Amino acid sequence: MLKIPVSHSSRVPAVSTAALPDIVFMLLFFFMTVTTVKEQSLKIENTLPVATEIKKLERRDLVIDIHVGAPLSPYAETFGNEPQIQLNGKFARVSDVGPYILEKRASVPEHLRALITISLKVDQKARMGLVQDIKEVLREVHALKVNYTTYSAERPQSTP
Amino acid sequence: MPNRSIPEVSAGSMADIAFLLLIFFLVTTTIETDAGLDRMLPPDETQQPIVDIRQKNLFQVALNREGQLLVEEQPMDLAELRPAAIAFLDNGGDGSCAYCQGLQEASSSDNPNKAVITLKSDRETPYGAYIAVQNELTGAYNALRNREARARYGRAYTEIESEYLNPQTPPALKAILREQVAGIRELYPMKLTEAETARH
Repeated sequence: MLKIPVSHSSRVPAVSTAALPDIVFMLLFFFMTVTTVKEQSLKIENTLPVATEIKKLERRDLVIDIHVGAPLSPYAETFGNEPQIQLNGKFARVSDVGPYILEKRASVPEHLRALITISLKVDQKARMGLVQDIKEVLREVHALKVNYTTYSAERPQSTP
Repeated sequence: MPNRSIPEVSAGSMADIAFLLLIFFLVTTTIETDAGLDRMLPPDETQQPIVDIRQKNLFQVALNREGQLLVEEQPMDLAELRPAAIAFLDNGGDGSCAYCQGLQEASSSDNPNKAVITLKSDRETPYGAYIAVQNELTGAYNALRNREARARYGRAYTEIESEYLNPQTPPALKAILREQVAGIRELYPMKLTEAETARH
């Protein structure tokens, strides 16, 4: 009669972890492709308004951001509680917007300059006066494509 | 003779290295899909063209400092704005608009090509209220454009447009889509102005 050899060792064999690096690399590549690097840290409150009829901003490299909002508490002492403009991580005045746009536009290849979009990331509590002033400056420097960046209505509480 | 076989490099720490990279990317990046309402600002011309629009072709929307809405000099709730704007744009008062389904009232707009919506806001108007109104007005245009696109091409205008704007769409398809998008835009051109307009 054939005897099946029975192992008397009660130890469970170790699970092979050889495939673990592959799994982790897969995750890594996933995150590398779907995310973008944070460009700047915000020094202002920036809760965007909510809208439903929105269009996605394509071509991140052709988008210039202008943030507007009330300064966060560490900066409120110096800059006050009224909404301020933040350009490229620094507080700025309305008169700084024009030179900033021109400087950014100069770094874009000429045939793509017409496609540049200005993304206005304005806090919902800011006042229209400041936004109107920014829009006047944008008209002066012929940056006419603007996008009032908002959250989509499906996920109103998402963070920027 | 010594043993010449090369010892195998242990790959056990590979997972740790990959995890380290993964966590680094998780921390420094954000899933950022920016979206919003696209607008073209009017060009900055020293010589302003004289705007001469008949009163019936104007749909005046005003926002006060409280964020309250005044439409055609009547107070209105935000929820009523979209239907009111659709009724105005789609009116087709002079009968020259074959695709309009409006009431053809004499007191409202003649043709979608002539219908102009003006939006006036106070310097103290909250930005959130302004965007809510912009959203409703865009919604009115999109509703009409979607209706015509469905009748002509069997799918919504917003769907055609987002496929057209997607950089991954092949160029051959893009050329077809561009014509469709331009065609629909011509039927209901977005004439939304924030400039002062002459009244008659």
